[in-house]
Amino acid sequence: MNTIVTSISPKRRLPDLDKVFDAVGAWVLAIVWISPLLFATWAALQPSGTALGMDFSSPLTFENFVYVWNAVPWVGYFTNTVVLVTLILAGQLVLCTLAGFAFARFEFKGRDTVFILVLLQLFILPEVLIVENYAIVSKLGLFDTALGIGLPYMASAFGIFLLRQAFKSVPIELEEAARIEGCSWMGVLWKVYVPAAKPVYLAYALVSIATHWNNFLWPLIVTNSPDTRPLTVGLSLFGAPETGVDISVISAATLTTILPLLIAFMIFQRQFIQAFLRAGIR
Amino acid sequence: MNEMAQLQKRRLALYGWMLAAPALALMSLFAFYPAIATLWHSLFTRGTTRRPSVFAGLDNYSDLFADPTFWTVASNNLIYAGITIPVSIFFALAMALWANAHIPARSFVRSAYFTPTILPMIAAANLWLFFYTPDLGVIDQITGFFGAEPTNWLGQPETALASIIIVTIWKESGFFMIFYLAALQTIPPDLREAARIEGAGRWTYTRRILLPLLMPTTIFVFVNAMINSVKLIDHLFILTKGGPNNASKLILYWIWEMAFAYFDSPHAAAMTILVLLTLGIVAVIQFRLVEKRTHYR
Repeated sequence: MNTIVTSISPKRRLPDLDKVFDAVGAWVLAIVWISPLLFATWAALQPSGTALGMDFSSPLTFENFVYVWNAVPWVGYFTNTVVLVTLILAGQLVLCTLAGFAFARFEFKGRDTVFILVLLQLFILPEVLIVENYAIVSKLGLFDTALGIGLPYMASAFGIFLLRQAFKSVPIELEEAARIEGCSWMGVLWKVYVPAAKPVYLAYALVSIATHWNNFLWPLIVTNSPDTRPLTVGLSLFGAPETGVDISVISAATLTTILPLLIAFMIFQRQFIQAFLRAGIR
Repeated sequence: MNEMAQLQKRRLALYGWMLAAPALALMSLFAFYPAIATLWHSLFTRGTTRRPSVFAGLDNYSDLFADPTFWTVASNNLIYAGITIPVSIFFALAMALWANAHIPARSFVRSAYFTPTILPMIAAANLWLFFYTPDLGVIDQITGFFGAEPTNWLGQPETALASIIIVTIWKESGFFMIFYLAALQTIPPDLREAARIEGAGRWTYTRRILLPLLMPTTIFVFVNAMINSVKLIDHLFILTKGGPNNASKLILYWIWEMAFAYFDSPHAAAMTILVLLTLGIVAVIQFRLVEKRTHYR
């Protein structure tokens, strides 16, 4: 008994030191990573116009938030973003489900060629085609509308690819059982495939929401009124240095716009990270 | 009987096409058609009301190559990609290993790494503005404490691009961490135990077992990082606007500027085609790599 303990203990002590280094390294990196947020919070609570020293004793104030809130139609921007994100996600879910189903379960001439074209779209970024897409959206009369911002993203190659993979992994026996019970193709899709792919849907939805909530360049190009402008564009107009607002006010505005997102993330953090992990986008 | 089967097969094929049609139609309208239209327009001169646009062959392209800005922007983007890709992958891997290890307050550490991912790039740029502001910014406060002169990090050519690069790394590392975390969960813990019993140290285990097993994830992350190095330019609008003197200008920002600030869409189109060609080459390389992996299996 005694000999076993002594023979193991020197080996045990080494990993312990490793663990300390791990914890310290992980912590330092975490603090560095979160520090821009912390500093911005601190700056936002300083009276505007004062020179920002590293003087942590100065009194805190909410006046920047009040000023920012009254200066910009945030509620409108916020609503625009929610409408936009919902519209895009709804379009993506419908289109990608149908197309993913077609590529997973139907045999048709030219299917594989078309699928390679779909995959190619992963590399033809909508961001790169801004010039032509701007012309197309204008011709369709969709300039400065939520649909105009959202339409180019709805047929998402990433979504089609993910759902095709998910549908392919559903055992064919389930489908046959449903068919025997008299389900149509649409019934099979709705009752067998969609429920089986639920984790993939969740992960895809979260990625899509995060992406389009944060999207900037394309909305900047196709909007020009406060009625359609999303939060990101509103924030960029407000934060532009040439408007002469100081760093405390910019920080307050930034925090105001990201607060809903941060709160949502904190509540759904586990699901969010878990969704990514489970979907295993590998 | 045979005829019946034939008919059934035809019906299914038609059904398949119908299901895929809406997505394919939108994709054609906003990806394939614009790509071809961009190529077409890149071959014509800029039309004005007095002078309609005429066929110019490859003139727009040779204009680009003759423009020193092109070479500055292209090399900026190469540096941008060359630094953000490996450094982000390195941080992502370190974060994943740490967020997966048994350390105190692991969930705080995880969310600290991941938080930048959920922020808009515009907001991230605003947060970093406070770091980079000359004299008042956090960096200058710290270096000033040690007696250094205030530096205009965003305003001088030597440091503008580096400042942009740091924000990108900060933003995307946590996102890539997720994919490594997912992959780490699939590696059986017995493997580490077995390696330990065989006398393999930690470094050997990481290098000889972990990294090869994570290779598919690394390829995936690499391709995403590559695409990001073209796509992630929003922070330029806040931090530098590509300046000073083009020192931090990246390709996509330049395309936007040519098309929407100088209204020179033929040259923007030519530049877009060059980017699409590069992305196409990346796509081919990735498909090859994936193919090789499946052969290997």
